[in-house]
Amino acid sequence: MIKRFATLVPVVFGVLCLTFALLHLVPGDPVDVMLGESASAADRTALKAQLGLDQPVLVQFGQYVMHLLHGDFGASIHTQTPISQLLWQAYPATLLLAVVALTIGLSIGIPLGIWSALKAGHWQDVMITMLSIRLAAMPAFWLGPVLMLVLAVWLGWLPVSGMTSPLTIVLPALTLGLGLSAILTRMTRTSLLEVLSEDYIRTARAKGLSERQVLLKHALRAALLPLVTIVGLQMGSLLAGAVITETIFSWNGIGRLLVDSIEKRDYPVTQACVLVVALSYVLINQATDLVYRWLDPRTRGTQ
Amino acid sequence: MKTFALLTLGFWLLAVMLGHAIGLNPNQIDLDAILQWPSLQHWLGTDDLGRDILARVIRGVEVSFMVTVVVTAVTMTIGLSIGLVAGYKGGRLDHVLMQVTNIFLAFPGMLLAIAFAAVLGAGINNLILALCLTGWVTYARLSRGQALALRQRLHVLAAESLGASSVRVMLLHILPLLISILLVEAAYSMASVMIAEASLSFLGLGIQAPDASWGAMLRDAVRFMLVAPHYVLTVGVCMMSLILAINLGGDVLRDTLDVRSEARG
Repeated sequence: MIKRFATLVPVVFGVLCLTFALLHLVPGDPVDVMLGESASAADRTALKAQLGLDQPVLVQFGQYVMHLLHGDFGASIHTQTPISQLLWQAYPATLLLAVVALTIGLSIGIPLGIWSALKAGHWQDVMITMLSIRLAAMPAFWLGPVLMLVLAVWLGWLPVSGMTSPLTIVLPALTLGLGLSAILTRMTRTSLLEVLSEDYIRTARAKGLSERQVLLKHALRAALLPLVTIVGLQMGSLLAGAVITETIFSWNGIGRLLVDSIEKRDYPVTQACVLVVALSYVLINQATDLVYRWLDPRTRGTQ
Repeated sequence: MKTFALLTLGFWLLAVMLGHAIGLNPNQIDLDAILQWPSLQHWLGTDDLGRDILARVIRGVEVSFMVTVVVTAVTMTIGLSIGLVAGYKGGRLDHVLMQVTNIFLAFPGMLLAIAFAAVLGAGINNLILALCLTGWVTYARLSRGQALALRQRLHVLAAESLGASSVRVMLLHILPLLISILLVEAAYSMASVMIAEASLSFLGLGIQAPDASWGAMLRDAVRFMLVAPHYVLTVGVCMMSLILAINLGGDVLRDTLDVRSEARG
């Protein structure tokens, strides 16, 4: 267990290097870019000192890492608000959105996938497959506005955007969740079809179990296992995919914070958002891996 | 499926060529005719500056395709070189290269592309750069895995024992065997590059006004969604048709080249 987390150290270190390097990729002087042409010399020197840009790169990196280890992400260059405070406000909103979207994705994707596999070759299967590949081809920045147009503007069932009532989460979560459900439907279908052709399923049928028992007790357990990995990977995409969805629906999560900071050229905030999302992704994937190992008897015990 | 994919791709190709042939101007502003519904004169209506949406959609495909092809070619070449060398040479070099790859994989989806595009600044060149910087990783992983398996093959061992240089072995004896898998991956990833390009442009980080791009058009379309819903719908349907066609084209290519689906990912 400890050994597994130790393998994360180089990756996390690399992620730190890359996010640190972001500020140095800004063409020209990052201070000029952030403050604009008209800033006074005093302001420039102050910001330079605040960001530590007046020191050698290695010292800067050392300080960056040290500050992060103390939970200090620096401050926004415009409002001087500590970035950790901004993250504390935004992160739960994104997490909530991701969890609701995941729930929607799973509760649509798995049943449709199972149905599709059981009716493989029939018209139901063809319909579901057609629908899911079309849904998968719809990027969030189109699906989102269309859902908003139909459900909120034309039908008036849901609020358009913002975070004023609990219902406002429905549209952004649906946007993310529907895209996810398309992927999960296809995965469930493929996986279940593969399992159903295995010998032990034939054995189960041969000993006279009902189709229902074969499916629920024997096939599904094995078929849904690979989905654990997919869900883990998709959770990360949800965190990142939220960037666009949150922008469309004015959902004050980490994605919106990121886009806002880019528009205001508030690069320390941009760096912090990228870092936090990447680290969450690394942790989620590691956790998924552990869950998978624990669930799958074939890999349990092997380290 | 196959015919649908080919028809759609052919349709867009034809549209781009016809657009050039008859001299469609996607940037012609007509402030007397803003946000009009589809009519005989403007088949898909006009946008918020009275520009013809059809002309801009066609120009958008062209830009989008250009970006996609450049990015795919560059990322595939970089990824292939890294993966081939890592997989064939093995050892310490492999370890270092894969560690770097893992770091890039730690950033989900488009996050890194967004971050790069943000610090590099907007514009089509920086957009391509940002997508290239992040896109090579999948190719590197895929070709490394293949090269790792292929270097044990008898014909590779035979070539080595006859004294072939490692460059020769990699290019003549390993590359031809993994190229089809890579091509299939490239076909699928074209769709995601296209979505990534549009997403960045949607966020204002990609192609800049007045040049037409689907992402930027959708950004405008969403703003005027209430008065001109046809704008967002038509641009979206066009985009979806192309992405769907590319994905189906990937399926066709996979079946033709007989690459097993396990090879993906």
